[in-house]
Amino acid sequence: MKNKNTIILIVGVVILIVFWFIGKYNGLVNKEENVNSKWAQVENVYQRRADLIPNLVATVKGYAEHEQQVLTDVIAARSKATSMNINADNLTEENIQAFQAAQDQLSGALSRLLVTVEKYPDLKANQNFMELQAQLEGTENRIAVERKNFNEAVKDYNTGLRRFPTNIVAGMFGFDKKAYFESAAGSEVAPKVEF
Amino acid sequence: MTSNKKNNSCKFVRISGLLIFLFAVLTSSAQQIPSRPSPPRLVNDFSNTLSTPQEANLERKLVAYNDSTSTQIAVVFVNDLQGTTAADFAYKLGEKWGVGTKDDNGIVILVKPKNDTKGEVFISVGYGLEPYVPDAIAKRIIENEMIPAFKNNDYYSGVSDAIDIIIGLASGAFTAEEYSDEGAEIFILVFFIVMMVVMIVFITFAGKVGKTYSSRHDDSSIWKALFWASVFSNSNRHNHHNHWDDFSGGSGGFGGGFGGGSFGGFGGGSFGGGGAGGSW
Repeated sequence: MKNKNTIILIVGVVILIVFWFIGKYNGLVNKEENVNSKWAQVENVYQRRADLIPNLVATVKGYAEHEQQVLTDVIAARSKATSMNINADNLTEENIQAFQAAQDQLSGALSRLLVTVEKYPDLKANQNFMELQAQLEGTENRIAVERKNFNEAVKDYNTGLRRFPTNIVAGMFGFDKKAYFESAAGSEVAPKVEF
Repeated sequence: MTSNKKNNSCKFVRISGLLIFLFAVLTSSAQQIPSRPSPPRLVNDFSNTLSTPQEANLERKLVAYNDSTSTQIAVVFVNDLQGTTAADFAYKLGEKWGVGTKDDNGIVILVKPKNDTKGEVFISVGYGLEPYVPDAIAKRIIENEMIPAFKNNDYYSGVSDAIDIIIGLASGAFTAEEYSDEGAEIFILVFFIVMMVVMIVFITFAGKVGKTYSSRHDDSSIWKALFWASVFSNSNRHNHHNHWDDFSGGSGGFGGGFGGGSFGGFGGGSFGGGGAGGSW
């Protein structure tokens, strides 16, 4: 009888441990999934910006034809930025840095274009251009928001990953730390698009 | 030796840089976004720009719109943007207050009247309304309706006209009926699942009892029949909807009665940074 009780106790403890493991594992999976979906949102808003550019370039071209250099810079930076897609399973520091570098280059080319535009009052008064400007501003705001949301999701996941005893589960199933977007000074606030 | 010293000073610079950064992060997150108004109001004039009747007029219009469509438009006047941009301020306020419902159908109209610094306005659009009030349209509303009125110090009509246009755009996006229908559907689903679980428990239990006392074997089939009967009657109800529509109508009436002309509260909407702004 005593033996039987011990067996029941052991089985009970094992079942509890298994359930605990499942709970921790599922918790990590949920957090990782959250990071993935936030990453998808980040790529989404960057894509949204990239989608605005052909239209913007076409509009500017109509008014400022001899600004070829600035326009080709924007187009080149755009194609480089859009070719850079990171799989959500692969959010390492180097990958995110490369992604960010490509996007920053596009931001730089865009702001040079917008400085150039200052010389063309007709263009600045163009209805189509003004709407593109509003859309671009809104997209920069969205980028700031989604980057912030992504960083929060990564922080939640990384904290869960490193905490004892979840780190044992994480080590067993190969959950890796994910990288943050590094905020350059002042980039929590979307850059002001001045026309 | 010297390289060691150099290393140390490097470290010092790095650490102090980190501290400065941390300080900057801490102070910037300590921005004073006003807390949710209590009792809840849609028009919040922290800058005392509007007169009391003007405020009441806007509030009435917005509450009526919220009652009929569940779309929440919050109007906020502040004197100080706390060192951030109007876009960032409006976004943070919308998130903090949860303007809109879970379908993100909220809009924040933020106005910083012109005082010693330039005037700024931002229309922040919740996720769910972005297709109805795109950035370019929000920009047009600001440039065409709001800023010209604001320049004449007529804050009331600028905001009021903007609200009228937004109401026109967002109408049809969400209706009050959609919401109660959705609620009824979930109710049916939960009820159905609970019934299933109860029935399954009863069947297994009755089956066991039947097996132990073979004389009561018949009982389990009665339970099974009861189970299937309940499943069918439930699916019937689901198809016909009539009973449940009555039910949801009742709950809608309750909500309306409760509101009684005043605003019921913000409900957890979220924002993605959409919208547009302007300054004068």
